[in-house]
Amino acid sequence: MPKHTPLYNAHRALGARMIEFGGWQMPVHYSGILAEHRAVRAQVGLFDLSHMGEIEIRGPRALEVCQELFVTDVERARIAQAQYTLMCFPHGGIVDDVIVYCLAEDRYFLCVNAANTDTDYDWIVEYNDSRAEIINRSDAYALIALQGPQSQAVLCKLTALDLTQIRRYWSARGEIAGVSSLIARTGYTGEDGFELFIPADQAEHIWNACLEAGQDAELMPIGLGARDTLRLEAGYLLYGNDIDAETTPLEAGLQRLVRFEGGPSQGGPSQGGPFLGGSFVGREALHKQQVEGIKKQLVGIRMAGAGIPRQGYTIWDDAQQVGVVTSGTQSPMLGVGIALGYVPPLCADVGTQLSIVIRNRRVPATVVARPFYQAGK
Amino acid sequence: MEFPKGLRYSREHEWVLVEEDTATIGITDYAQEQLGDVVFVELPELDTQLIKDEPFSVVESVKAVSDIYAPVSGRVTEVNTELPHSPETVNEDPYGDAWLVQVELGDPEELDSLMTAEEYEQFIEEEQEGHDD
Repeated sequence: MPKHTPLYNAHRALGARMIEFGGWQMPVHYSGILAEHRAVRAQVGLFDLSHMGEIEIRGPRALEVCQELFVTDVERARIAQAQYTLMCFPHGGIVDDVIVYCLAEDRYFLCVNAANTDTDYDWIVEYNDSRAEIINRSDAYALIALQGPQSQAVLCKLTALDLTQIRRYWSARGEIAGVSSLIARTGYTGEDGFELFIPADQAEHIWNACLEAGQDAELMPIGLGARDTLRLEAGYLLYGNDIDAETTPLEAGLQRLVRFEGGPSQGGPSQGGPFLGGSFVGREALHKQQVEGIKKQLVGIRMAGAGIPRQGYTIWDDAQQVGVVTSGTQSPMLGVGIALGYVPPLCADVGTQLSIVIRNRRVPATVVARPFYQAGK
Repeated sequence: MEFPKGLRYSREHEWVLVEEDTATIGITDYAQEQLGDVVFVELPELDTQLIKDEPFSVVESVKAVSDIYAPVSGRVTEVNTELPHSPETVNEDPYGDAWLVQVELGDPEELDSLMTAEEYEQFIEEEQEGHDD
């Protein structure tokens, strides 16, 4: 049986079409994917992301555990700062992509993919080996997002906090509609926006408060359908499609995240703590891959002809198949097909002419830079 | 949801309007609602031979690719060439401007296997009951 978020009844009342995603019954759309997509780009949209998992790592050795689990330098995150990061297997494949929030020197809060919550938790617990306290907080929290250029204008009606002081990828604790919340300026749409971690039993109260506060701004509730087209236009990866245990951060174009150099302590909340160096799970395998070179590389592809690329379609360089599409759709803003997929580095330069086979026809396509669509352009 | 009288309906959610030996084919209101926003339509060429129950066209929404199955056999005599330029018409006017093709009926007896409006409405109700929790 798929699980219900605390907002399940609210979605049904709004007439949402529900689907199963990652073990959850979630809204795929309310009014329609295109209208919802455009609302987020032009105004503001409201998302229920309560299916996402939340895991806390606490205690004096929490940072030490984070440094070993994540490929980024978690020590550089200051209190209230968020970091997009990855957990890898020893062979370099990706366990999950997560956002880690440094809430205190001894308290790190992870937002993880819904379908991975349990495996992430088990992985962290096993790796932790009782050094820090690991708590799966997924049932305690609901997650609601406001995304779009009007997000701040809507949210400021519900809080006394000065939202202009929260920069992108930072967070603050404050009251939203009278409820203590963790307010993060993060998102998965390519627009300005906020993600609100709130007590699960207050979810409906805050959801309704957002709907009401957003009326003048023509706020719309947004389902997972538009969430996917928005993230793809913005060039963001989806675990399970674009990255998984068989792809590494280097192949996925995320090498900027990976700390290969050990280096001395960079300061931050744990100053004076143990020297943590550069060791993390997967480092050796990734270092080897960096030296030897990758064999496949994630690229953005834009169709030059009519046709919508879909997951699983093959990518060709002349008469040779060179890769497979991992995510694809018709871009609502650009009106053309866009895709992510893996190809050999020789085919990965921006401007490379490739083709994608759609129903036995080769449709021309071009390797392009990401994001496909940039807000405000 | 609309089920115009006078049309015949297939279990794959296509409608057929028969005028003498010509059949106009489209997808139903229920089908477009299930698909969601349609963003791409691919139609057969003139003179293509449709074979009943075999795919002859593709309609894509943002989320999904759907084959459209021929509700009857016959040779394509008209193609709605406007439709690929405005695929959203499938959502807006499924029984009107969003017709897909006209065919010269190959075997008029095939029409007997299609449903009336009342039968199709009943069929949809049963299908929806199966989907609900």
